[in-house]
Amino acid sequence: MRKLLNTLYVTQPDAYLSLDGDNIVLLKDQQALGRLPLHNLESIITFGYTGASPALMGYCAERNISITFLTASGRFLARVIGQSRGNVTLRKAQYRISDQERESALIARNFIIGKIYNHKWMLERMTRDYPLRVDVERFKSISHQLDEYLYEARSCENLETLRGLEGQAAWHYYQVFDDMILQQKESFTFHGRSRRPPRDHVNAMLSFAYILLTHDMAAALESVGLDAYVGFLHRDRPGRVSLALDMIEELRGIYADRFVLSLINRKEVTPNGFYQKENGAVLMTDETRKLFLKAWQAKKQEMITHPFLGEKIPWGLVPYVQALLLARYLRGDLDEYPPFLWK
Amino acid sequence: MGSKEEDRYLMLSGLQHFLFCKRQWALIHIEQQWEENALTVEGQHLHHKAHQALLREKRGNKLIVRGMPVRSHELQLTGVCDVVEFHLDPEGVELVGEEGRYKAYPIEYKRGRPKKGLEDVIQLVAQAICLEEMLACRIDKGYLYYEQIKHRVEVPITETLRETVQLMAKEMHHYFDKRYTPKVKTGPFCNNCSLKNICLPKLMNKRSVKSYIEGRLSE
Repeated sequence: MRKLLNTLYVTQPDAYLSLDGDNIVLLKDQQALGRLPLHNLESIITFGYTGASPALMGYCAERNISITFLTASGRFLARVIGQSRGNVTLRKAQYRISDQERESALIARNFIIGKIYNHKWMLERMTRDYPLRVDVERFKSISHQLDEYLYEARSCENLETLRGLEGQAAWHYYQVFDDMILQQKESFTFHGRSRRPPRDHVNAMLSFAYILLTHDMAAALESVGLDAYVGFLHRDRPGRVSLALDMIEELRGIYADRFVLSLINRKEVTPNGFYQKENGAVLMTDETRKLFLKAWQAKKQEMITHPFLGEKIPWGLVPYVQALLLARYLRGDLDEYPPFLWK
Repeated sequence: MGSKEEDRYLMLSGLQHFLFCKRQWALIHIEQQWEENALTVEGQHLHHKAHQALLREKRGNKLIVRGMPVRSHELQLTGVCDVVEFHLDPEGVELVGEEGRYKAYPIEYKRGRPKKGLEDVIQLVAQAICLEEMLACRIDKGYLYYEQIKHRVEVPITETLRETVQLMAKEMHHYFDKRYTPKVKTGPFCNNCSLKNICLPKLMNKRSVKSYIEGRLSE
């Protein structure tokens, strides 16, 4: 399998990124803060109004290293990507299917199956690992409910119905999400998803994790030659990476949610690492964001066995492998898109 | 033959990919996927030297031409010959701007040493067919130069080899017209393939996704 390369996160808002030979150099007031060889990187993510030189952008574009600019709070601003990989045949297949409701639904339902399945097994695992800490009966009953949605989704060929199923399944899952927080309950509680802005610590971290996952997914899709902006479940909207959002559905719970839960449960984040704006928006402090990014990189290095390929890969390659499997399905090598079904 | 038709022409160098693995050829030439590895970079370096198109040498009875673009209407293939040597020979053909008659011999540069498989030979034969068409001559042999042994190997352009090239070209066009990437039997040769990470050879022997999903859901 491909090698997992690093992502460079630049959290210093007044840094300037420049190119020197085959290195990226971080400048502040004309002074070099740091220097890294670019051949070890597959993407660069910057927070705040960090500048980058055209020479660096050109170098990265040529070598398939993506650069993403986010605001200090992690909202998406822009992405610099090189010429798309030449695969016109693959892209045409993607566009053709995206224009067709039923064919789109046949792929989209496997994203949803992946999502519900992984949520279900997160709940099952909680009942197995913490029978004395969680309400086993409640978890089991929701797990059964999710089973029913899985069964319905399996034969669903309609996008609207599919979105309905997904919504209901998510509602049930979020009913016990707070119960999966086992430590620091007094400061980390979950009362449902809030976005734009997140209104509590948990949501602030969930939103941030989804942004990172979406970035990784979009970069993976582009690297196999797919168009990250043209989705099957999420309809096109200018500037939205619909296909990346489609593809992270199955990974949100198993990848991002579990990551956030473990940061809380292992007490790696503490309530001091957050602050609240006057309007109720909750943000992470710079230290917490750094810690978060460091842990995210560490998570990417952890090895797993891919459930469909049966091959050992690091977590960080999961977006790439799923993108590749989707491409291979679109080119007719597979009978269906195989979602990442993790247990 | 108009230029529109020539748009359909495939790359002659694809023959070696096709012979190595039909799927590898399709991934490169139909899906336009390419990943560099150490071997491909080495190969490019070598060809850079051989392809200095402006270098034209005359040595006694020989005229040596590098980086000569060639094509064959019959095969609908196009490519570049690393080196073509023209030897002064009364049985040869006349060349533009040259006195006397010449016989042409294509020479292809390869890294490493002579291979067991036919991929290098096939490429050379196709080049010979192109040259024959363009020069209206007959070519009875060519050479493969191997970097590692620093030596050229003579290759006779036989009838059997010509037929093989014709059949291969036909099959390549068939796949290309359908934009079809064939599934193939995998083998130890997959480990030497620069496209292994894109091809996912493991998928070829995989059970269906349907049974994967249904197996998981029924657990």
